[in-house]
Amino acid sequence: MKILVCISHVPDTTSKINFTQDLSEFDPNGITFVINPYDEFGLTRAMKIKESTGATITVLNVGPTSTEPTLRKALAIGADDAVRIDTVPKDACSVAKIIADYAKGQNYDLIITGRESIDYNGGIVPGMLAAHLDLPFVNACIGLELDGTNAKLTREIDGGKELLKASLPILIAGQKGLVEEKELRIPAMRGIMMARKKPLKVVAATDVTQITSVLNFELPEAKAACTMIDAQNVDQLVKLLHTEAKVL
Amino acid sequence: MAILVYTESWNGSFKKSSFEAVSYAAQLGQKLNSEVIALTIAAKDDVSILAKYGANKILTVTNQTLEQFNNQAYANCIFSAAEAHQVDTIVISNTNNGKSIAPIVAVKRNASLITNVVEIPSSTAPFTVKRKAFSSKAFAHFTTNSPQKVITITPNALGVAENPTTHDLQEFEYSPSTSDNRLSSISVEKSSGKIALTEAEFVVSAGRGLKGAENWTMIEELADTLGAATACSKPVSDIGWRPHSEHVGQTGIAINPELYIAVGISGAIQHLAGVNASKNIVVINTDPEAPFFKAADYGIVGDAFEVVPKLIEAVKKHQVNN
Repeated sequence: MKILVCISHVPDTTSKINFTQDLSEFDPNGITFVINPYDEFGLTRAMKIKESTGATITVLNVGPTSTEPTLRKALAIGADDAVRIDTVPKDACSVAKIIADYAKGQNYDLIITGRESIDYNGGIVPGMLAAHLDLPFVNACIGLELDGTNAKLTREIDGGKELLKASLPILIAGQKGLVEEKELRIPAMRGIMMARKKPLKVVAATDVTQITSVLNFELPEAKAACTMIDAQNVDQLVKLLHTEAKVL
Repeated sequence: MAILVYTESWNGSFKKSSFEAVSYAAQLGQKLNSEVIALTIAAKDDVSILAKYGANKILTVTNQTLEQFNNQAYANCIFSAAEAHQVDTIVISNTNNGKSIAPIVAVKRNASLITNVVEIPSSTAPFTVKRKAFSSKAFAHFTTNSPQKVITITPNALGVAENPTTHDLQEFEYSPSTSDNRLSSISVEKSSGKIALTEAEFVVSAGRGLKGAENWTMIEELADTLGAATACSKPVSDIGWRPHSEHVGQTGIAINPELYIAVGISGAIQHLAGVNASKNIVVINTDPEAPFFKAADYGIVGDAFEVVPKLIEAVKKHQVNN
């Protein structure tokens, strides 16, 4: 079985987000980049499948050379090989097409992505990639059990969950629940040493027309000072929520 | 050209986010001078209510095999309706179901896809629209020149606006193909009686400050009193005091309710990212230095175990008097 795990290279969750002075571009200065947290759940699920079935795991990122440490980290966690599609990603729609052009003909049985990346939060690449490859698509996937080529899946729905079944190949967009937080793999020294020798293939991106672009960014308005209310006077809070905030 | 808006329903009843999507499409329709066509699949509610929010034409799909949501079949159905009606813009709610349909529709239509939209376009040529990004730490103004567009609307961001119009009612035929059924539903588990977090107007949330799962009774009581959904911080869902589905924050659910009450949550940057789009934030914490107070509108420094029961009483008293 062949598994492809798509890895997004994103600012660490603790990052304060800054833009260039004219707000036209994200400013990566001082930012630590990590594997997109949603993708980590997918990668760990893939590792468990590999351990029980002998599947091979390829990790893939669309990005310039600077994203290679993130792919090496995925190799250190246990992926077998990595592919970097060498281009500066322009928008989610084109990234989905670029990955699809690569994945076509590779016969992956299972493609795992994160539900969204924590930078642009688009949730666009997984579904578009599935559509380009004509694969069944399970979004917000919180459970995956395989029995041969039969998959039992759980997806999050608004206010609940749904249990589904499908035959491989499929594409899932994962999140916490696919594995638990405490099960997430952290690269060990041996893994890091081995990762250096694992293949990381660099391939050219296909020529895809960009159809969306960022005009500029905007930071949320700063909040006015918080109105403090005495703990002995909770009625005052309800009064303010009624008269001032007008929500009660 | 026309705007097609997909109106999601649950067990046949329209979701509030569907009315928001139609309201959005109606405002967009005025800007583009386009007809607004609402598509309903397996809705049992009176569909003419969609005209109240500005739908000029309402297409109903009643095929029994579509009563159970199926993202591939629903996407193909939306695609067929768009093909049949000279549509250039498709509007879908950014709900879990909406997000699992929109990318498929966009690929089939050879359209651009912009998700998480929070405003009416500031310009229509080129089409420019504001959306959330960086887990609500920022917004991005996205633009597209693509003649075909699919956009998804963040629930609770724009609200429902009435815009009554006369309407045409039409049946629309769609029969799922075999490839639509490669993914099949076994069962659906709905947390009964609970309000879905992403659509809730009020949310009551608690963190590690509550010291244990058993102390959530008062949080649930406060939520019930307010008609709010319950939520929690990441550490609380990681420890297992509350289900993952309640985790709001950067790697959980992003919300933007009218009122967010945070009890015993310090307000780490990852938590703020998911909730700072809330219109009013109340923070209750024992630590006056908790960073969350800087992002709050109203704050109480105090012990949750004393403040929350008082707050429940105060809300009840208010409800009796108003």
